[in-house]
Amino acid sequence: MKVAICEYGAGNVRSVRRAFARLGAGETADVANADLAVLPGVGSARAAMAGLQERGHDEALVARFERGRPILGICLGLQLALDETEEDGGVAGLGLVAGRSVRLRDGRVPRIGWARVGDGGAFYFAHSYAASTPHAVAWSEEIVAEVRCGAFVGCQFHPEKSGPAGAAYLESVCRSLG
Amino acid sequence: MPFPRLIPCLDVAEGRVVKGVRFRGLRDVGDPVELGARYSDEGADELVFLDVRATLDGRRTLVELVDRVSDRLSIPFTVGGGVRSVGDARALLAAGADKVAVNSAALERPELITELADELGSQAVVVAIDAAGGVVRSRAGTTDSRRTAVAWAREAEASGAGEILLTSIDADGTRDGYDLELTGAVAAAVGVPVIASGGAGDAAHVAEALGVAQAALLASILHEDPARLGTLRGELRARGVELR
Repeated sequence: MKVAICEYGAGNVRSVRRAFARLGAGETADVANADLAVLPGVGSARAAMAGLQERGHDEALVARFERGRPILGICLGLQLALDETEEDGGVAGLGLVAGRSVRLRDGRVPRIGWARVGDGGAFYFAHSYAASTPHAVAWSEEIVAEVRCGAFVGCQFHPEKSGPAGAAYLESVCRSLG
Repeated sequence: MPFPRLIPCLDVAEGRVVKGVRFRGLRDVGDPVELGARYSDEGADELVFLDVRATLDGRRTLVELVDRVSDRLSIPFTVGGGVRSVGDARALLAAGADKVAVNSAALERPELITELADELGSQAVVVAIDAAGGVVRSRAGTTDSRRTAVAWAREAEASGAGEILLTSIDADGTRDGYDLELTGAVAAAVGVPVIASGGAGDAAHVAEALGVAQAALLASILHEDPARLGTLRGELRARGVELR
């Protein structure tokens, strides 16, 4: 399996790359045609979106999505797939998934640490914004933790930083691609 | 609320993990790559790496060493020491760090915090505060900054810090317990997570710290016996502290 990891300047691509390498996945720079495109997530929305556009990844991702080719968005990568985000005074997203990203209002923000997803295991979160979308499929403390819409899978947590539980999650995403 | 976090801290000088008491008398306690991997396997919630000589030596953090440590981790990794610019921070993220910690350079030029947050997002920006008697000290504790820890934590948050890593120099390495008064005051003053640091001696101390802060940094009590992390987690659970 070949994975394309979309770099956009500020992301923690290193740990995402390592996580897929540990699963035995190969890597390609071809975002449009890879078996899986990964949109990783560290950075601020505006800087990340500009980075994607500079590299032409925005168009490649939209084209993939329209062809039903799988995309995994992690944290900010999930938020960028939505129509828009409140972050940085409002930034338009890729619009793959209906919804918007809104600022967290309860508890300490950024929400940082390990938290349970559904009734299952704990995963690592580090975010100030979260998705508000009809395509949510899993929650963590009432916050959207996972989104699925067509060929897009998005997780608000960082599987690449969530130890064995995160590795198992990435493996299940890869396996679901057949 | 996420689970409270236990965070082993690797203070690194000349490529080795060191530990002293109140920032003095540093002793070699191990190899950062080996210790980091061990803590990751023992159930650490995160790992912190602080190059404690970088600012004093006037150089950047050991990027190559950060790369080797992070290669063995699948948990979040914060790196600090000598970070003076967005470029320094990017180099560390490229080497596998998830967050950067800034201390002296942010005290000299608080706009650095905003520049980092704008570029990397607040969740990747940790402001490390070393305090003695409630007053912030910079340059590995050698210089009085003339600010109180509470005021500086507030300013750091307003500038874009995503977490405060608060070390009590008075408690550091003593194993007499965390500085709960200072930690509680800072945690009450800010809305971002606070990591308590300095003074852990036993499970009771850590439980107390997690009562006022969102995470506890651990160094001296672990480095001699990394397996202590696993037993400590068990003791904390027995005390009713919910961990992941």
